Amino acid sequence: MSKLMNFKLLIAGAIFFLIVTILQATGVLNGYFMVIINRSLIGVMFAVSLNLINGITGQFSLGHMGFAAVGAYTSGCFTTLLFHLNPHHSQDMVFFLGAILMGGIAAAVAGFLIGFPSLRLKGDYLAIVTLGFGEIIRTILNNIPYVGGPRGLLGIPKFSSFPVIFVFTLGTIILIRNLIQSSIGRSMLSIRENELASELVGVDTTKYKVMGFVVGAFFAGMGGGLLAHLLQIAHPTQYGFYASALILIMVYVGGIGSITGSIIAAFSLTFLTEGLRVGIDWLRDTVGIPIGTEWTMVIYALLLILIMLYKTDGLMGMRESSVLIIKEKA
Amino acid sequence: MTALLSIKDMTHYFGGLKAVSEFSFDVPEGVIYGLIGPNGSGKTTCFNLITGIYTPTKGQILFQGEEIKGQKPFRIVHRGIARTFQNLRIFNNMSVIDNIRVARHFTTTSGVFSTLLRLPSFRHEEDKVREEAMNLIKLMNLDSRAREQAKNLPYGELRRLEIARALATKPKLILLDEPAAGMNPKETEDLMKLIQRVRDEFKVTIFLIEHHMKFVTGICERVKVIDFGTTIAEGKPEDVVKEAKVLEAYLGRKAVVC
Repeated sequence: MSKLMNFKLLIAGAIFFLIVTILQATGVLNGYFMVIINRSLIGVMFAVSLNLINGITGQFSLGHMGFAAVGAYTSGCFTTLLFHLNPHHSQDMVFFLGAILMGGIAAAVAGFLIGFPSLRLKGDYLAIVTLGFGEIIRTILNNIPYVGGPRGLLGIPKFSSFPVIFVFTLGTIILIRNLIQSSIGRSMLSIRENELASELVGVDTTKYKVMGFVVGAFFAGMGGGLLAHLLQIAHPTQYGFYASALILIMVYVGGIGSITGSIIAAFSLTFLTEGLRVGIDWLRDTVGIPIGTEWTMVIYALLLILIMLYKTDGLMGMRESSVLIIKEKA
Repeated sequence: MTALLSIKDMTHYFGGLKAVSEFSFDVPEGVIYGLIGPNGSGKTTCFNLITGIYTPTKGQILFQGEEIKGQKPFRIVHRGIARTFQNLRIFNNMSVIDNIRVARHFTTTSGVFSTLLRLPSFRHEEDKVREEAMNLIKLMNLDSRAREQAKNLPYGELRRLEIARALATKPKLILLDEPAAGMNPKETEDLMKLIQRVRDEFKVTIFLIEHHMKFVTGICERVKVIDFGTTIAEGKPEDVVKEAKVLEAYLGRKAVVC
């Protein structure tokens, strides 16, 4: 039975993949749209992995893109600076996948380092530590000439194609879903629900908080690696507080603890950002209203306020699409 | 009879306030032991000290002859002490069965990798946990609620769920913090039967805090009465309630004179 339900998610993924591939082949989706779809998928990886930390375990991380930066620069170093991989050589693809995995592992180590000392902290204090962590990563990258410093790491080979990103995103969703709907996931959830009661039914709360950070950072690191190999650049400003806040918004708009919500929010917000940019350009150039693209953030913020006012739990609340629920006996 | 839980000279200060003063007592194996006393007399603090939420300033806490003072709460649970709370601490946004399954979690051995990949060993273990949880749910008469969110349950059922969750850790000793609080006489009577049944079926020792005198005299085999952090009486419930100091603590000085 549970096997059948696992297939349901795979089938849903396959349908999505087919539709996009067909639309791309027939020319309905041009290169610009493919970039937005790819960025949305990477956004899903970030949002779902942050959801594990913020939504399920109930910790508050404001520096999620710091983990992505670690992954992006680590994998970028491997493919660009150390081995000069070439996307046209098929055997280099294997090394690229290895580099992405290394990025994930490096981020997981960072997750462990940040998770461990900050466990003495709760709520706002933890948020500040993670915020600081994100900024530290950004500042360090700014000051290492080997990875380009403030100029960024340039000339990263373009390995991240739609199929590659799709497989990683689907994998992230499946694995994190498996984790949430297990004994480990329930222990994490119980920490969010009531930490004291959780401890007093025998849950080693420290261990599961660190685990949340490590697993979340791992997938964010891989997402960062994929992003760098999509945009062909890793730049410190891409991973600052602003970027982390965007992911955080995805999680809260989608609904705390809901993978379905994170997926929907990652797609809608990525498309919305692009749509607003196009809309503002049109207003300025055609209508003649003198506004710049920075107004996207104003509209964005207003939208967020409206969602939080009228849909306090986010779009999905805590609900999950049946495609993502592992069916159990009785 | 050997003492399952043995407390020696346990003292605890909150700043300058002596909340618990030189408590010494033994809870023998297999009994229903009651700790009673007026509001603010240190009962819940005593539970918090035993379960490791606070570490006592002084004294010893021996469980099965071993010192458990200063250990982390979850380790004390693993040793076999479970508890419920005076104001319920249920995992509201989780289903009834998940509330119970959390408490079985520490017996599982599947790591992150076998969980992420849902390996056969992991699935087998999950099946076992689910069956055990379902058995407890049936025993507590909550079967029709198994998949419901805990927050949708009425108060009486939540009390039963909390006891079930405590039992799921397979304890040797259960601490019940005012189990009958907020219950009507009928519910209280059912609860008394349930507690006795739990003791007999699970072979656990029960240590409870209660205000309700009728409840205590009806169910406890031994009681200890405390006031302002010190012991004022100990023994069989029917003897203890007659003692002057106890009447004084509960009813005031005048009642004794009358």
